[in-house]
Amino acid sequence: MAHRIFHKINNVTQYLARSYGVDARKVTLIPGDGIGPEISAAVQKIFEAAKTPIEWDVVDVTPVKAPDGTMKIPSKAIESVNTNKIGLKGPLMTPVGKGHRSLNLALRKEFNLYANVRPCRSLEGYPTLYENVDVVTIRENTEGEYSGIEHEIVEGVVQSIKLITEEASTRVAEFAFKYAVENKRSKVTAVHKANIMRMSDGLFLRCCRMASSKYPQIKFEEKYLDTVCLTMVQDPSHYDVLVMPNLYGDILSDMCAGLVGGLGLTPSGNIGSNGALFESVHGTAPDIAGKDLANPTALLLSAVMMLRHMELNSQADIIQKACFETIKEGKYRTGDLGGKAKCSEFTDEICRKVQESS
Amino acid sequence: MSILKNGMKLLMNRSAQNALGNKCLHTPSSLDAAKAVSIKSPIARAFASGEQNEDKFSNLPVERITCTLIPGDGVYPELMNSVQTVLKAIGAPIDFETILFSEVQHSSSAKVEDVIKSINRNRICLMGALMSPDVSYSGELQNLHMKLRKGLDLYSNVVHVVSWPGVASRHKNIDMVIIRELTEGEYSALEHESVDGVVECLKIVTASKSQRIAKFAFDYAIRNNRERVTCVHKANIMKLGDGLFLKSCSDIKRLYPGVNFEAMIVDNCTMQMVSNPQQFDILVMPNLYGNIIDNLAAGLVGGAGVVASSSFSPECAVFEPGARHVFQTAVGKNIANPTAMLMCASKMLRHVNLQHYSESIRNAIREVLAAGKVRTRDLGGSSSTHEFTDAVIKAIV
Repeated sequence: MAHRIFHKINNVTQYLARSYGVDARKVTLIPGDGIGPEISAAVQKIFEAAKTPIEWDVVDVTPVKAPDGTMKIPSKAIESVNTNKIGLKGPLMTPVGKGHRSLNLALRKEFNLYANVRPCRSLEGYPTLYENVDVVTIRENTEGEYSGIEHEIVEGVVQSIKLITEEASTRVAEFAFKYAVENKRSKVTAVHKANIMRMSDGLFLRCCRMASSKYPQIKFEEKYLDTVCLTMVQDPSHYDVLVMPNLYGDILSDMCAGLVGGLGLTPSGNIGSNGALFESVHGTAPDIAGKDLANPTALLLSAVMMLRHMELNSQADIIQKACFETIKEGKYRTGDLGGKAKCSEFTDEICRKVQESS
Repeated sequence: MSILKNGMKLLMNRSAQNALGNKCLHTPSSLDAAKAVSIKSPIARAFASGEQNEDKFSNLPVERITCTLIPGDGVYPELMNSVQTVLKAIGAPIDFETILFSEVQHSSSAKVEDVIKSINRNRICLMGALMSPDVSYSGELQNLHMKLRKGLDLYSNVVHVVSWPGVASRHKNIDMVIIRELTEGEYSALEHESVDGVVECLKIVTASKSQRIAKFAFDYAIRNNRERVTCVHKANIMKLGDGLFLKSCSDIKRLYPGVNFEAMIVDNCTMQMVSNPQQFDILVMPNLYGNIIDNLAAGLVGGAGVVASSSFSPECAVFEPGARHVFQTAVGKNIANPTAMLMCASKMLRHVNLQHYSESIRNAIREVLAAGKVRTRDLGGSSSTHEFTDAVIKAIV
């Protein structure tokens, strides 16, 4: 079955490569665990329907025993992401051993993934307490509070180091402005706590100001983290693109996801200097795995982000529109959105809409 | 064993312990003035026991209590005016010792040591929000607020976030208490630039202070009949630092078999907070997360204008707004909401055993908000600060 699908995709992509005059681009696909394979298949099916010039390179990242006896990610997976420079990843099981964590770490290192981008948007037809949420959180991903440098000085006294460097801050700040320009956003807000951490957050803030001076067309503002939290839950329309250090980004991105209905609906992309990795950040939902009940929206929207990153904007628009409309119409909604449809029915409906409009 | 010993030591924290209870029973070593009021003055006694008294606002001489007052920056001096007007109108036996303390107006600000002395003498303080600029005029890393907290050993901040009737908000029936450690964590002000463009900032977590705040949280739960304490942390990433905080909380939990305990990762907590805030009871957390969650929770119930907080050291209590924003753009416009500051005053009155005054202010605010006729701009109305204050006074008298 899978083979047949790949064969089909290959045919399609070859056809597209001819018609568009570009080569089909290879993308590494890590289906993941639990509901991962189902939602990955759904994404592949929709991409096929939209005739995206993408060739999937499916890899398994289940750790295998290396010659030295340690558990490692298969080298094939690493090689694949290294050559393709772009990847899509489903949810991975919470690591029991060390295998999967080192996968994230390995990918982050391999790609030098420095920015995490999480757009949060209210879905029409799935009302939450908040309407018209449309914010993008951009989080520095390599340092800050998550530098991992900690030690116990004497018993009962622990010191953790928050590391802020000019290089990493400038990199993420410039990315934020670039993202704003490319995605037709009008404002970037730097979220900080420089009134408390005057040097470290102060440095981050200075880097953001420097970057903003290169983009006069984008409005720039600085807000304290606590102010952003307070106003965000009162009126999310105050904000557009938010850029911030690691910990603040971790907290705010999940909070914003909460505003629009949780992690099952929000895409995520990790941008690096050597590549990019798009993923769904929800769990593996082992209780519904294999039952054709999962909602593929988060992974699909992550894949749409990936298309935009690859500058395949027309396909991205078609797929995104089809996905939003299907949810809005409410006929084929999955269980998590209060519907009764199966994952495959939801997927088929999106495919139908995609084929209609392309 | 060491935990038990620590627990005993913590039990000695008199003022903080008093603050925890509904009924504020002063030990002999506590505030003398308050003791005098609660024992000697018939009028205060009548108020404390909630008796109806026709003469309750008459001019009988009473023992008066002195409270340090720091007006704060932004709109807070105006709001303090409101508080003083209300206390005067109801005849609360409180005298204020006003001290100007401000980082942005440093030339006219009192010294930190003097402020600390005054608060330690009076044992109670009412404080507006202070503005902390990103760069201090003296180049110091620690801002004035942090200095004051450290100097007083003001270790716990309690914010009771509760939905007010009549205040429009997306979430209903919220009733949670956020307890935040105030003296360490990210707010250490230990920072340096190792080489050009590389800054490190130290987050300090100690077992003794983590246990102290955990003990405070569980004591609060016991005295206020609450069932569950949630520890908010990020120990999956900061394994040692937040790990120590989490471990301290679960260690202390063993002394309180009657209180449920759970742990929640901070990012998940914020997500739960915006989707299902009713699930929370008491939350205890390190410094920075406290700042985030306090503000987030304030946003859920109507904003910075309606949430009060109290901070305790072993010796004294400081009452300040729960979400501290100076609201600079509203200065002099007479539009800010005095609810938070009036609630601070109500908490302060309860702390010094003037329950009747405390309750009458709280009930009046509740009445005015529920009626919905007089509303300040942040709650969707158009009334001024003065109009709101007058409405509260009218509701009392």
